[in-house]
Parts: sequence; structure tokens; C-alpha cells
Amino acid sequence: MSDKSKKAVLFFKDGTSFIGKGFGATGKTSGEVVFSTSMVGYTESLTDPSYKGQILTFTYPMIGNYGVPKNELNLGIPLYFESDNIQVQGLVVHELCFEPFHWASTRTLDKWLSDEGVPGIYGIDTRRLTKKLRTHGAMLGMLQVFNSTEEPDFETLLKDCSNIVDPHQTDLVRAVSVKQPCRYNVNGKLSVVLIDCGTKFSIIRSLLKRGISVIRVPYDTSADEILSYNPDGVIVSNGPGDPKRNTKTIEAVRVLAEKIPLMGICLGAQILALAFGADTYKLKFGHRSQNQPALDLTSTRCYITIQNHSYAINTETLNQTPLEPWYINPNDKTTEGVRHKTKPVFAVQWHPEASPGPHDTEILFDKFKKAMEAK
Amino acid sequence: MPKFDWIHKVLVLGSGAIKIGEAAEFDYSGSQCIKALHEEGIETILINPNIATIQTDPRLSGKVYLLPVTPEFVEKVIIKERPDGILLGFGGQTALNCGIELAKTGILDKYNVKVLGTSIAAIENTGDRERFRQSMIEADVPPLESRSATSVELAVQIAEEIGYPVIVRVAYTLGGRGSGVAYNVDELKETVTKGIAQSRIGQVLIEEYVGHWKEIEYEVMRDYADNCLTICNMENFDPMGVHTGDSIVVAPSQTMTNREYHKIRQVSINAIRHLGIIGECNIQWALNTQSEECRIIEVNSRMSRSSALASKVTGYPLAYIATKLTLGYLLPELINKVTDVTTACFEPALDYITIKIPRWDLQKFKNADRHVGPQMRSVGEVMAIGRCFEEALQKAVRMLDIGKIGLVCNPEDSEFESEEHIRNELANPTDERLYKLSKALRMGLSVSEIYRLSGIDPFFLNKIKNILNMEDKLRKLDLSDSQAVEIIREAKRIGFSDEQIAVCQCTDEATIRKFRKNAKILPSVKQIDTLAAEYPAKTNYLYMTYGGDEDDIELSTDTSKVIVLGAGVFRIGSSVEFDWCGVNTIWALKKNGIKEAIMINYNPETVSTDYDVSDKLYFEELTIERIMDIYDKENPLGIITSVGGQIPNNLSMKLTELGANILGTSAQDVDLAEDRSKFSALLDKLGISQPSWSKLVSIEDAKISAEKIGYPVIVRPSYVLSGSAMRVAYDAVSLENFLNLAAKVSHDHPVVISKFITGAKEVEVDGVSDGDNVLIGAITEHVENAGVHSGDATMTIPPQALKVEVQKNIEDCTERIVKALKIRGPYNIQYLVKDDVVHVIECNLRASRSMPFVSKTRGVNLIEQATLVMLGKKINIQLSPMTAVPHVGVKVPQFSFMRLSGADPVLGVEMLSTGEVACIGENFSDAFSKALQAAEVHIPPKDGAILISIGGDQENKKRVVPIAQAFQEMNFRIYATANTANVLNDSGVNTTILYKVKDAQVNPNILDYLREQKIDLVINIPVANHQTNYSDILTDGYIIRRQAVEFNVPVITNLQLAAALVDVLKKNNPNEQSICSLNEYMDKIPWKHW
Repeated sequence: MSDKSKKAVLFFKDGTSFIGKGFGATGKTSGEVVFSTSMVGYTESLTDPSYKGQILTFTYPMIGNYGVPKNELNLGIPLYFESDNIQVQGLVVHELCFEPFHWASTRTLDKWLSDEGVPGIYGIDTRRLTKKLRTHGAMLGMLQVFNSTEEPDFETLLKDCSNIVDPHQTDLVRAVSVKQPCRYNVNGKLSVVLIDCGTKFSIIRSLLKRGISVIRVPYDTSADEILSYNPDGVIVSNGPGDPKRNTKTIEAVRVLAEKIPLMGICLGAQILALAFGADTYKLKFGHRSQNQPALDLTSTRCYITIQNHSYAINTETLNQTPLEPWYINPNDKTTEGVRHKTKPVFAVQWHPEASPGPHDTEILFDKFKKAMEAK
Repeated sequence: MPKFDWIHKVLVLGSGAIKIGEAAEFDYSGSQCIKALHEEGIETILINPNIATIQTDPRLSGKVYLLPVTPEFVEKVIIKERPDGILLGFGGQTALNCGIELAKTGILDKYNVKVLGTSIAAIENTGDRERFRQSMIEADVPPLESRSATSVELAVQIAEEIGYPVIVRVAYTLGGRGSGVAYNVDELKETVTKGIAQSRIGQVLIEEYVGHWKEIEYEVMRDYADNCLTICNMENFDPMGVHTGDSIVVAPSQTMTNREYHKIRQVSINAIRHLGIIGECNIQWALNTQSEECRIIEVNSRMSRSSALASKVTGYPLAYIATKLTLGYLLPELINKVTDVTTACFEPALDYITIKIPRWDLQKFKNADRHVGPQMRSVGEVMAIGRCFEEALQKAVRMLDIGKIGLVCNPEDSEFESEEHIRNELANPTDERLYKLSKALRMGLSVSEIYRLSGIDPFFLNKIKNILNMEDKLRKLDLSDSQAVEIIREAKRIGFSDEQIAVCQCTDEATIRKFRKNAKILPSVKQIDTLAAEYPAKTNYLYMTYGGDEDDIELSTDTSKVIVLGAGVFRIGSSVEFDWCGVNTIWALKKNGIKEAIMINYNPETVSTDYDVSDKLYFEELTIERIMDIYDKENPLGIITSVGGQIPNNLSMKLTELGANILGTSAQDVDLAEDRSKFSALLDKLGISQPSWSKLVSIEDAKISAEKIGYPVIVRPSYVLSGSAMRVAYDAVSLENFLNLAAKVSHDHPVVISKFITGAKEVEVDGVSDGDNVLIGAITEHVENAGVHSGDATMTIPPQALKVEVQKNIEDCTERIVKALKIRGPYNIQYLVKDDVVHVIECNLRASRSMPFVSKTRGVNLIEQATLVMLGKKINIQLSPMTAVPHVGVKVPQFSFMRLSGADPVLGVEMLSTGEVACIGENFSDAFSKALQAAEVHIPPKDGAILISIGGDQENKKRVVPIAQAFQEMNFRIYATANTANVLNDSGVNTTILYKVKDAQVNPNILDYLREQKIDLVINIPVANHQTNYSDILTDGYIIRRQAVEFNVPVITNLQLAAALVDVLKKNNPNEQSICSLNEYMDKIPWKHW
């Protein structure tokens, strides 16, 4: 069990502080503080590379209840984790469970964060924090877990806080993308190149499960190199940060979308829009939850989706492109999906691979498979 | 897709009386349904004989028929009203079963009434176990290994194939009625025999037993375009094996991983797509504790208890949205009523935890089994909201109102129980298992050992351990210590009340309250907003917690605020009628210009806890501590404590002492009426007759007084409802026992013993006074003689056998008592009438159980008048109870003895009915016969068979002769036990002897006749002074009554009631019963006070 007496502080530039207890690693971290309203799936969320650079707050007040499972593989990739490490900079929860119980659990959430050197804070009013973020938009903040002998010094914290680098100004995608191409082969006729901007393992699993082999390539791989694998289709993955920074990926997608079936997921959707000349913008506090509706504009169907995006496609700017809005979020009317008017090219802002979250839209992978088969 | 344009008039079926398995949740969902229809300009017709519900208010519904929800009556209403569509999903299993019959018999087709929402075929696919199983296999959803049987032989064969233990489930029954686990062939045979008899289709299911798997529920919605949502999932604290209605339930699930959560979510959606559900349904799952394996247990293709709970858990109005879906709307076309901007097509995200705990009243029933298992036995439930498990759990325990101040710190916690006993309780849980868990932990049993025995997840057990550890810490704590503030803060966070901390500190509650207020340890107000604060919400649905440091709402300084205390947990004696009172008070406050009408209540079944009803809803404890927390924050004009039954009533004195302003009758005057001894003294002073009485000082004195008064005497504790611990003593020994019991229930209030007058009529008066004007709503006469609790009595307005002078005398007494007590609000006075002399037995200065019955029958909303008075205004109507209405209203109790295995269905001074119905008719027998049928009593056919068994001596048995003669004249076959038969034969009634159950080998035997449905009615009148004798547990009388219940044969245990039934049978032709709506009856009343 962790030393429960460690103090921790979450601190914002405007001087607001949340004083709680520390868990995980002792030390200091900074990042963009965001919240997720997901009630389950902390192991999947914490390892989602899209969270790179962010301090994640769960609005559900009791976290860690079922512990952390061992790294079991399925189809050659982890079953419970979305990448090889915890990706968040820090974790904020209301109540941390020190005595989890689940047949798959091998350690506590506290131990896991400790093992991976990630600091966490618990015992604060996360609803107050969420309302602050909702009102002001996602904010840069600093999280420090102190030694049991240390006391927080607010002046230093305030000074440190003014020096936080906005993670969106850094190469987050480079940090999480695979360094060398790698293959995941299954028995099947089709193969896909997955442009890895910070992919979740579940995207790979969703393809393997359908008998599609995957060639996972770095985010900055050129179109020519991608086409040299002779794939049946290309998927542009999710990932962290401002989509506009990924100029090489945008360039490659512009070429690929004309030639081959292409599907974009989350960041991949924004990159596709940018590739065709549409614009993207940053949402006030993003969409991060497992209960986001996505309305199909071509039918009467509405799906429940897991979303995790800070940026969105500017709908009006789609007018000058061959892309058309396909799905919207009926709550704030943001564009959640686009498709090419004539080609087998489409993208969605959410995660059809689920994990965490609902499986309502896994059919999109079937749709993509059909498009590849029809080619 | 907008709504279907052919729908103009819709018939909605209600669920009838409150019974175990069908409670106020159907008033809640039914009311929402009617509201949703009205919004669309659709004319509504409601059939529901439960007069105490909100939904049967003609202001809410288009037309209300207080009639039995049976195919015969529904058909008559259809003929009269010719609706376009019918909704079957808002009245529990009662409505669903009735709808299936209506469809099968072709009535719906004949009158072209369309079933809206889920089709009959889909309903049947969920109701018939075998069809359900096949359907799930087709949908690739894993069902339990099971097969149905229509005979005992087949059942045995199936069980051998599946392997013991197996569970026997009965098709088409409520609350799992008749179900049971069989560990061997003998147990199997017994359960199957009963099950086949009880099933509407003579079928039982033999099923793989998954005891100790996790039990999980999902609430799923689907529209006509195939959009699906899961609104909420819930995890049962109790493992599989305990009926979900009897389980402690946590929402959202706590121990499920993302993979498990979404796997079951997905298969739930697959299941309802395949079944073709439109609207809402509840799905129950078993989840393995060692893998991701799961089994679908059951789909309820209608609104259920769980869906009402889910609505309160999430703030998502399931019934309202489900209604819109049945009209043709699609989910994305509908708006989330909480945020008013976001779509209804989403799944709520919670940032709190809720816990539901059922409330049982098993101790009230003689001989009733207290184990919890596959058969539901609870009569009410509470829901607590918190930011951690411990907080919600301790709140919930307090809400149960069973005398506990939290999970720990109760005096009985230290009562000795052997380890063997505790282990047995863990393995074979009873209604008290939660408290046995803490005892087991205290005893040093390990979490893993308790898990092995009970199947309760160690996650929950560790949380309970946290609470125990904190208790230890608090007991050792010195409040002046520097650590004290932090420890108290943590204690409050995990749900300790000031009173609990005070117990640990050997001080009083006020000291702790002061300490923590000084240390700024205060609860915050949080909103239930369906989106975990993601979007700003205008919601007025609130709870309080120590797991936060900021209020979500800004509290206005406007003083035009009134707090209404709700009824809290339902139990026998306090049910939906008090919710009717609470909701009507809120409406009346609004009508009288109060800007904020604030409700505090925590019962998830009710309409009053629908955030749409009040301006603010605090879903909170009804304890002094919490009410004062809210009072301090809100600073209202005052609190109304007199409309929610006994819980709020009992708080009024304490609240006054703490400086809260109680609206209406002052707490001192309430005390004067509630305190038996003070009240009796007042009556003596007024010169109003009452049964001779004496205040208990010591047991010896009591015995002397009892001798003086003369046995039998009645023992009455103060401040109790529904006659808890009220007993009739026939001798000194039983007197002593009862006095001890009463002293325990009544705490620091006195106990009075008074003469029990036998053979007297009981009469009640309900009304309102403003201090100057005394309004009497009605004089209500009981059919049964005094001695049957008023909640169990059959009542009639106007009285049928009460002389005018007597009624005038009652009117006069009422006026004098009301004025003497300075009543400013509602009241209820109970009288005895013997030989035309009127005696007062009890006065309640609060709204009574019969308030809605009186108000609706007499067309005068008493609560509206009471609210006016409590706001300091004067009653604005004049009405004498002697001015008759042109109809008769009869109220009949509903019993749930079938669900309570072992319970003796004999009536007495302690209330046993779980609900009531009332019907209105042109005369007594018209109304009474409808009401009996509405309470599920099968009226025997004209040439039926009747069994009579009367206790006591020859004289006593002779009292039944006129009744038996009347039955003979109507061509009934008459059976009787030997001695009764002799008396009857001697009096010229041709009677056949049936042998008693204990003479099982002698034929013809009662048991065989009951089992073979050869008897249509049992009249069994036990001798009064034997009721209290424990040696009679296995008497023949008890066995006859119990067997009749088991085989669904009506039992009458009261002579006056039997006589009233004879009257009905003589006069009534079922085809001539009047079919009129409440609206029509009210229109004919010469005054308009509704």
C-alpha cells in the first residue's frame, strides 16, 4: 500500500490550487489539464497515446476499483492496454482504490503509476475542477507529488507554472509514433498500412480480427514509401496535439486519398480534412467520454461513441473540398465524421475500435474492409 | 420521424394496488407516461384502481377509471372509449399480463386498438422462458442452460441432465413468485409442484444455477429506427441467487472492467434488437467472477422497478422518453430534459455512486421466513447518493428507518452472536445480512473467508472494513488532539453522522455538530446532471456530500421557499398515499405563489423524487442533521412535516427545538396528540368518551390496571404508524410480553394500555382545520369490527350502517378535539362505536393514509386546503360530511401473503397489507365487488364451493350460520371442518365434512381439495384470544389459511367481511357493474373543490 500521507498539489497559472494526497511517483509534472467522463476503462485511457502531454482527470469519483491486469497478449498485442506505457503526464482522481479486487488484477493503480514514474493526485473535488475546465477551457497546469517530509511552496509553484510549455507546441506525435515500420501478419488476403500518429493497439486488433494484416509505419512516412508496401488501404490513426503540426502526414494523405481506400480516426480525421484544404480548430474543452452521440446525416441512426479529441474540423471549410459532413455531434453540432463524395475515403473523430468505450461503430471497419475488397 | 399521426387517444394500464414486486415505481413511470402523452395533445384514458396514486389524479390524466386491471373490465372501457392505441409497459406485470390476454382473446383486434411500442409477440418472447432461450441463442447471446417442464417427472429428468443444484423458475409471475433453488430431487419435486400450480401457463423452468456469480443489470432503450442506448448499468452487491428486488444494488457498476462493461452492453443491445423491443427494457445478467463469461438471465420488456431506480440514479427520465418512442419519435429527435440543450440520445455519465437497499417488514409477519433468495419479499427501498461507497452505504442504512444510525455505532452491534451463527447467516443470507457482514469482520473473519461464504465481492467488503476501522479510530480519538479535525473530516467523508461520532465520543449530537461547523467541515450541494459536469445544466436534482468543497448551486436569498419532508422509505403502513400527499402539497404551494417548493425525500420509487415535480429536489436523508444542513443553506419560510406520514411527523419536535420553523400545527400540539397519555388526559378534560385507559409506569402497575379495566386490553406505544408493536393482550402473561416489546419500539415515549372493546364498529374522520374552521372531509366507516388495523380494513364512504345521530355526534366530537388541539393543518381521528356510543381511540395531527381516498371520493382536495392553512391562510370551502355525494367509494386492502412463505394471513391490530385499492360505484355492493376484484380477490362463481372453519366454542361457531345459509341459498357447495360442520348441519345447512390437514390420510381432505382447486373461497375465523399464542403455529387453522394462500384461493378471516361478500354475491351481476370514470363521478358532485 502506498504511503497515504504524501501531499500533492494541482496548480494552475491563475493561482488556483487543489490540495490533495499524492500517489504514483513522487515528483513534478506539467501539461494540459483535461477531464474525461468515462466511468470505466482507466487502463485503456491512461495508455492511449492521444493523451500525451495531458494531465487527465476522471470525473467518476472512484478509480482503481478493479486494479491493473497483467499484460496479456491477444492476436500478438496487449488486451488491456492501448500502448506500451502510461501516456498521460499525470492523473487526477477523487478517490483512489487501494484494495482493488478482480480476477485479472495483478497490481494496484497506485503501484502501476509508481512503476511507470507517473505522479497522481487524489482526494480533491474533481467536480469543482471539471466545472473550472468547462468554464475556462482546458488549462495548463502543474501536478506535484511531494515526499512525505516535504511541504508545498506555493510561490515556487506559481513561478514554475508560468514556465509551463504548452504541449501542443511540441512534437507530441513524433514522441508517440513508432520509430521503424513493423508488421502484424494474419492469414488473410488484405493488408493495410497504418500511419501511426500515436495509434491505439485496438485499431490494430480491429483489423487483425477481420483478417487484415497491418504494416505500421512512422507518422512521417511518405506516400511513395507507403504505396511501395502495395497495401489494399491506408488508415491514419489517432494521436495527440494540434493536427496542423503534422505537415508530412498531411502531405502523404493528400496523395494517398486520391489513390487508395483510406480511413481516418480522430487525429487522422483532422489530417484528412486538412489534406483536402479544410480547416481545423481547437475546442474549448474537447470531447472526452464514452457517451458521445454521433448522428449519421444520411440516415436516422445515431451511435454512441467514445471520443477523445481537443480539435475539430471546421464544418464550413468543407464546402470547398470533395469531402462532405457525414456525422455530427447533435449536442454541439460539431462535425464528427466526413467522407469523400466519390472515393472510398472517410474519417471519424471518434474511436470505432472502442477500448475503452462502446462497440457501436465497429461496423466502420467492416465498411472499410468492403471498400478494400471492392477496389 | 415525428409521431404517428393516427394516434389521438391512448389507453394506459396501471399496476393496481401496491404489492410485493409491484410498488410505487409504476405510479412514477405511469405519471411520466401520461405527461409525455399530454404534451403531444393525445387524449389519455387510465385504468388503475389504486386511488392513492398521483397518476389517478384527473388533473394529470385525461380520464381515470378506478377499475380492476383485468381483461373483462378493460374491454368494457375500450367499448366505451374506443382508444386508438394501448400502452402495456407502464403498469408492471399486471398490465403486461392483462395486455397479453386482451390480445390473445382478440379484444384488441376487435376494437382496432393497436399495441404501442413493444409488440405482443416480443413480450411473449421475453415472458415464455423457452421461447426466450431460443431467441437468445439465435441472437448469439448466451442464455442459461435450461429447459421448461410442465410436469414433475419431466422436471426431474431435466435437472438430472443439467446437474444439481438447479433453480426452478415459474413462468409469468411477478417478483419471482414461486421460484426456488433445489439441491436435490426432493426439494425439486416440492418446488415444481407449487410452481406449476401458480404459473399462469402451468409451466416451470429448470435452470443451471449460477449462485455467487455477479449479478448485473442494464437498462436499454430502442427506437423504431433501431437506435439503441444503455442508460445505466447496475451491479448487485449480493451475488446471483438473491432476487434483484431483494438485493442491495450499486450503480454504476464498481467492479467491472471496461471489457466486461462494454461486452455486456453490446450483447444487451444485440438481445433487444433481436427481440424487437421498442421503448425501454431491463436486462439481468450473471457475470462469472473468474472470467469474462456471462449469461443473460431475464429481459423485462416494460418499465420495471429497476428502470425507475435507473431514472433516479441517472436523472434520465426513462418512462417519459420510452413513451415518446412508442409514439414513433426517434431518440436523436428528443431532448435531454436535464440540460434542456443536449440530445436524449446519449448515455448518462455519473460522477457519484448510488446504493439501493431494500426494506423488509418480515418481522411483522408471524411465521414468515426471513431468508432472502430467488423470491422477492421486500416492501420498499431507499436510494442514497454519495461520492464514495461508504458515504452512500451509511446514508442508505439510516434511510431505512429501522432504528440504525449508520452501518456502525448501533447498540445492537455488540450483541453476542456465535461465530457458527454468523457463518450460517453469511452463507444463507437473511434481510439482516449487511449487519452480519460487519459482525463477521469484527469477529476477525478474513475478507476472503467472508467472500467464500457469502459471494459478496471483496471490493465491497473492504469498504465495510474502512467504516469499522474509522469507528475504532473515533472511539479512541481525543477531540482536542491536533489530528482530530482531519479524522472527523474523513469520518464525515465516509458517511458518519454527527450522532455516530457522538456515540463514539460519548457525547451528544449537538456537540459534534458544533465542533465540525467550527472546523468548517460542511457538506456541499451537488447536482445530478446526467453528464458529469461536462455541460452546464439547469438541473434542480440535488444531493449533499462531504466528498467535495464547492456547492454547485447558488442559493437565493429569496424567502419565498418552503421545504416539504417526504414520506421516506415505504413499509407496511406507509406507502404511496403519503407520496400523493407530498406531491399535492408541492402543487398547492406553487398554486399559492411560493417561489421555491423544495422536496426532501429519498425513495426512488416515487413521483415526489421526480425532479420535475418540485422546484428543488434534495434526494437526501430525512434526519435532523441533514434537514438542518439544508435548512441552514436554504433559509426557508418553514418546513412542512405533516404530509409525509410518521417519519417527518416524528422529527417536528426536534426541528422546532433546533429553531426550525414548522408550518402548521405546532410541535407541542402534535406531541399532545401523539403522546398517548397526554392525549387521553385531554379527552377526559373535554368529557369525550374513550376506552378506559392507563399509562404504563411499571409492569406490575400495568397488570393491576389491566385487571381493573378488564381483559382484553390493547397496548399502544406512542409515535408509531401501522400499529407496530400494538397488541391485544388477553391475559397477564401476554400483557407482560407486549409491554416489553412496546417499550423497545416506543423509546422514550410512554405506553398506554386501554380497554379493548370487542364487537364495536370503527369509524374514521379525515379533515383540515385552520384553528377557527374545522373542515371534515368525510366520515369513513370500516366494514370489519374494531380489532382489525385500519390499514387492513375495508372502508366505505359514506357509512352504510351508522345512524345519523351517531354521525352528528362524531362531527361534534371532532370539532371539539380539533379546536382543543389547535390544529392548523390536516388531521385524522379514529372512533369506536358500540351501542351507538362514540369513543375516541386515536388522533393524528398529520395527513393520514386515507387522505387520497377521502379527497377523491368526496371531490375535495384536503391537502390543498391543508397547505393553504399551513401558509397562514383560511380554509376557503365549507362542507359537511353529512352532505352526501351521489356515489359510494369502497377501499379494500391488498395483501402479499403469497410472497411471504410461511406468513399467516390472519388479520389483527398490526397492519399486514402492502397496499390498497378503491373503486367507486352506484351503491356499496357495486363498489365493493369491483374493489375486491381490483385487489385480486377472485369472487367465487355463483355455484361455487366454499370451505368454512370457525374456531372457538359452539356459540362462536353459530355466528357463521346466517352466512352459510346465504351461501346455501345461492347453490354453493358447503364444506367444513368436523366441528363447524356439526354446528352447520344442526342449523339446517347441508355441509360436507373435509378432514383436517394433519389427518392427511383421511379422505376427503382439505389439502387435496385446495390443491385440486375444488374450493373457491375459504372462510376461516380463528378465535381472537388464540392469535397471540405461539403454540398455535402449527394449528390446523394456520395450515388451512396458508395452504389456501399457496394455492391462490381467497381466504376471509373476518365475519363482517364475509357478510359483506355475501351481500355482493346476492345483489351483484358482474355484467351490471357500472363503468364510469372518476371524472364522471366528480362531475356529478354538487360542489367543485378539486
